Amino acid sequence: MFVEILFWIFSSLLVIAGLGVILSRNPVHSALWLVYGFFNSACIWLLLEAEFLAIVLVLVYVGAVMVLFLFVVMMLDIKIELKRGQFVRYALVAALVAGVMLGEIYTVVKVRSLGMTAIAAPVSHPAGYSNTQELAKVLYTDYVYPFELAAVLLLVAIVAAIVLTLRRRAGLTRQNPTEQVAVRAADRLVMVKMEPTRESEEKAP
Amino acid sequence: MNPELLLAIPLLPLGAALIAGLCGRVIGRAGAHTVTILAVGGAMVLSAIVFKQIAFDGVPAYHGVVYTWLVSDGIPMHAGFLVDRLSAMMMLVVTFVSFCVHIYTIGYMADDSGYQRFFSYISLFTFSMLMLVMSDNFLQLFFGWEAVGVVSYLLIGFWYTRPTAIFANLKAFLVNRVGDFGFVLGIAGIVYFTRSLDYAEAFKAAPDIARQTLPMWGGVNAMSFICIGLFIGAMGKSAQMPLHVWLPDSMEGPTPISALIHAATMVTAGIFMVARMSPLFEQSETALEVVLVVGASTAFWMGLLGIVSNDIKRVIAYSTLSQLGYMTVALGASAYSVAIYHLMTHAFFKALLFLAAGSVIIALHHEQDMRKMGGLAKYMKVTAVTCWIGALALIGTPGFAGFYSKDTLIEAVGESAHRHAGSWIHEYAYLAVLLGVFVTAFYTFRMIFMTFHGEERWRTAAAAEHHAHNDHSHDQQGHDTGGRGHGVHEPHESPWVVTLPLVLLAIPSVVIGYLTIGSLFSGWFGGSIVVNEANDVVADLAKEFAGAGAAILHAPLHLPFWLAAGGVFSAWYLYLKNTALPAVIQQRLSFVYRILVNKYYFDWFNENVLAALARIFGKVLWKAGDGALIDGVLVDGSARTIGWFASVIRRVQTGYVYTYAFAMVLGLAAFLYFFVLR
Amino acid sequence: MITLPMVLTLSGILFAISVAGIFVNRKNVILLLMCIELMLLAVNFNFIAFSHFLGDIAGQIFVFFILTVAAAESAIGLAILVVLFRERKSINVEELDTMKG
Repeated sequence: MFVEILFWIFSSLLVIAGLGVILSRNPVHSALWLVYGFFNSACIWLLLEAEFLAIVLVLVYVGAVMVLFLFVVMMLDIKIELKRGQFVRYALVAALVAGVMLGEIYTVVKVRSLGMTAIAAPVSHPAGYSNTQELAKVLYTDYVYPFELAAVLLLVAIVAAIVLTLRRRAGLTRQNPTEQVAVRAADRLVMVKMEPTRESEEKAP
Repeated sequence: MNPELLLAIPLLPLGAALIAGLCGRVIGRAGAHTVTILAVGGAMVLSAIVFKQIAFDGVPAYHGVVYTWLVSDGIPMHAGFLVDRLSAMMMLVVTFVSFCVHIYTIGYMADDSGYQRFFSYISLFTFSMLMLVMSDNFLQLFFGWEAVGVVSYLLIGFWYTRPTAIFANLKAFLVNRVGDFGFVLGIAGIVYFTRSLDYAEAFKAAPDIARQTLPMWGGVNAMSFICIGLFIGAMGKSAQMPLHVWLPDSMEGPTPISALIHAATMVTAGIFMVARMSPLFEQSETALEVVLVVGASTAFWMGLLGIVSNDIKRVIAYSTLSQLGYMTVALGASAYSVAIYHLMTHAFFKALLFLAAGSVIIALHHEQDMRKMGGLAKYMKVTAVTCWIGALALIGTPGFAGFYSKDTLIEAVGESAHRHAGSWIHEYAYLAVLLGVFVTAFYTFRMIFMTFHGEERWRTAAAAEHHAHNDHSHDQQGHDTGGRGHGVHEPHESPWVVTLPLVLLAIPSVVIGYLTIGSLFSGWFGGSIVVNEANDVVADLAKEFAGAGAAILHAPLHLPFWLAAGGVFSAWYLYLKNTALPAVIQQRLSFVYRILVNKYYFDWFNENVLAALARIFGKVLWKAGDGALIDGVLVDGSARTIGWFASVIRRVQTGYVYTYAFAMVLGLAAFLYFFVLR
Repeated sequence: MITLPMVLTLSGILFAISVAGIFVNRKNVILLLMCIELMLLAVNFNFIAFSHFLGDIAGQIFVFFILTVAAAESAIGLAILVVLFRERKSINVEELDTMKG
């Protein structure tokens, strides 16, 4: 019962946060609303006994991704829109589409979930159950390949992000070791045969 | 009869034509005329041999296939020969006249740059005409028909830099085409009923076809339809009214071809064809009546036009038209043999007249207006004498060739009118051919008197022109160019290459009638011409025939003799005695004169009504049909529609990411709906 | 007690909100990226819920990977955004229409 109430509180706050994201005029506000939403999600996930992921959500998503978002938002000089002229027109169509989607999802859920009442009550875990340990047991054995691939993916993301935004300053001279090593003597040095221009007056002893 | 020999007859001129045409520059002028004359001469000799075999040795007619081209839908199409008395005679006439014209051309076209081309063309013509007359099936007939039409086109427009020549050759070809339309319909009718193109099949099936009707225009008799269709082709080729308009214009071509094609041979192809198709025509009274009316109209009304023409070649051209009309009348009166007989004699004396006119023309440096001629008999004796012979033959002077053929023809028509008493068509035909005798004699001797006798008008005309005239190189006689101020250049007789053919043609013009009339009446043509009992007027005439000599003595007893005499007398009076009178008559009868000079407004009608309508029709189809409809609506329209459609669809690509995302979401929603919830 | 439909409905609502957010936003590309994060969050909810109710840990593993990918993707997305800003001097979505048909 208590759990349910908590769930209702957190989910309503989450929905409000979501609305806040899209309806804010200030992008910084939107980012902050999103952070707030993530916090609420983490709480709900705790209720759903996915503790590890809840913490990861906060640490990674909020701590890294959203911070990155805020970095970018503040770095770019974004003008806050003052007028809301055409917003209403779009809002109507958007609300309509969203409503349709929602209706569909709800229908699916309602219809399909009729057969799932049997599992409405999940088995409660015993004390000492470590969600982290359970995850690890599976992650490093059955899903080790996807795990490695995810690592590679992250590497690629790092490289990509750097390559995209790297700026080379003009007028800066740098060493290029590859070029230096690949130089051949013939590119740098030319041997020229020359006759002496003048006779030496003294003879060598 | 040897098939090889028969094959050689058309192929020799064809080979020569190819050599002269393609290698003309290599073999030169002498080479060109030598090879073609040898070939045509050879063909003539072989035709004579064939003729002798058929006519005198009693060899049966040859009927065989030479080459099967293809078989389509069960109808075989091949090249074959049917050589019986009719075609043997035609072959001889064609090759003989062609031979004379070939020799004549050496002199006539001596200083023309297209010398070899001309010889190639006339040899090609000889080949085409021979294929036509030797044919044993409709396809080859049509091939020959079209081929002579093409060569006629090429020859009329021989001097192709002259706009009048081009106009004339197009006119000839197009009018011929109109006739060919009917011709093809006739042939199609034959194929429809007999599933075959052979003459033999068609003739065999003729009575059956005559009993059937075609389901159009309320049911027309099949044989009448076919025969009238075939006759329309003959009308085009043999220049009957109203498809006669091309023949006077065809005088734009050089005189040798006027002699060869438009007097002796090509224009007679239509007559030959109808005679050949006598088994078919005999089955249809309607068709014969049509033939009669058309022929009679042509015979008389065209003759009248000869009276007002001042161009010497035009007069002879109208004379040809009139005589073709005579032949057609004979065909219509079921006197096919007489028609062919007249065809033969006419070939000789008409070719002679044309060649003589050509001789006069080159003597006067290509002057063709008779008002600038006169008194030439003194200077050109051979030409004058042979021309007189031709003229006498033409008007039917007793004893000459034309007398026998023409008088027999007129009597046959009279007999036919007698048999069909009460039929206005036959009466009209008889009247037309009778009055035509007077007209023929009048214009013929008008021409003779204006050209060879009387005042030497060329002196005054030439003197007036000489000041503008610069040096004028003459023919191979090496004659001195007429003086600038020395006096008028006197005409002299043409070289032997010109006068020899005149003599060669004058001989048959005199004697051939006397020699052959007996054979005509003893049924010389035999099985090649079929006449029904009821229509056989020639048989009646044969019964009354008393012999060639007796016919001459009996001539004054018949009307044509006096009509001809009257015509000659009138011409003499108006053009030698009282030369001022024609102008007065012209003024008094100016209305009639105007109609005649405008050739009954046929040309005006064709050019300003029919041709104009065709041009308008073409323009409408072009502007509205092709331009507006096909180009505008279908081609450009479809492109425009696609462009318009693209401009509408283009708006989906806004360039904004959110639109794309929105589209994706919409797609997702639809996907969800259709696959999950349904 | 928490039932599965409740969580699923919640996730659906979140998803719908983020979809609307994508469409509504005209001024800011960053907002677009944030809405994508929100969408991913909604999907994560689904996985967690099913993992919890079906007792299968694989759902949580999947969320793990989704988080990873989302992080990588947002990093690169922001990098692109930065470069875009350098070129255009603006991240106004309405000005990004050079691909207009």
